[in-house]
Amino acid sequence: MTGASDAEDSRGANREREGSMRGISAESLLSLRADMLRFADLQLRDRAMAEDLVQESIEAALRKSSSFNGQSTLKTWVFAILRNRIIDHLRQASRTVNMSSLVDDGEDWHEKLEAMFTERGAWRDGPRPVAWPDPQESMQTRQFWSVFETCLDHLPPATGRVFMMREFLGFESDEICRQLSISTSNCHVILHRARLKLRTCMDTGWGRPEGAPC
Amino acid sequence: MLSCKEVTRVCSDELERPLKLGEQASLHLHLVMCTGCTQYRRQLRTLRQVMQAYAEGRALPPVDPREDEDR
Repeated sequence: MTGASDAEDSRGANREREGSMRGISAESLLSLRADMLRFADLQLRDRAMAEDLVQESIEAALRKSSSFNGQSTLKTWVFAILRNRIIDHLRQASRTVNMSSLVDDGEDWHEKLEAMFTERGAWRDGPRPVAWPDPQESMQTRQFWSVFETCLDHLPPATGRVFMMREFLGFESDEICRQLSISTSNCHVILHRARLKLRTCMDTGWGRPEGAPC
Repeated sequence: MLSCKEVTRVCSDELERPLKLGEQASLHLHLVMCTGCTQYRRQLRTLRQVMQAYAEGRALPPVDPREDEDR
């Protein structure tokens, strides 16, 4: 095991040298590592697996560095590689693990969402949506992204996984249903609740910072 | 007549599949009378844009105390 990883290390070192000769330095990739880890961990909710996939992606980026044409930023390019690794991993995992067992977050949190509406299904005054600030502007601030990541993190795990597969990795909802062996309408309900919850969280943390009841 | 709660579901479904004609009609009938749901629908689109930016790695990293001197 140690022998194999030593060999892997020295191959990795060779790749790093090759990569840096083509203009992408190992240092610039390693500086993205922390961001990549948060990104992968949020999706997989499995730290060890996230670290493996990030490592593989950095190595793949160095190997393929000649195909980086500089049209996108290095970060966008590397994140695309990582996303593909995560997608492959999830597709493989769905063949070996019964992922439908993961699609149950219990009912408690639904009640909070229900409570935003009156018995007749109209918005209550507090939660009724009002206009948000300009997102393009907010996206230039760290504060905004830290609220956003916190909100993603607070989605119940199974719901979060379905939502991330859809919005983050770009799976079509049909494929998600198939992979998780759930019905289309169940899948759509899960996505709907995820959006309702994420919106409420973003509303509280960013959209109306004066603090509305949540 | 759809309730706001039902409309939030339709606004989400709209991102997943083409709405049936009847659904579209009831959605728009509701939206012209309801600013809350109009905002809700807009906000779902914003969330999708933000997710897209996030997936492309455009999020800014959290505040790093070591960078305090730069700010």
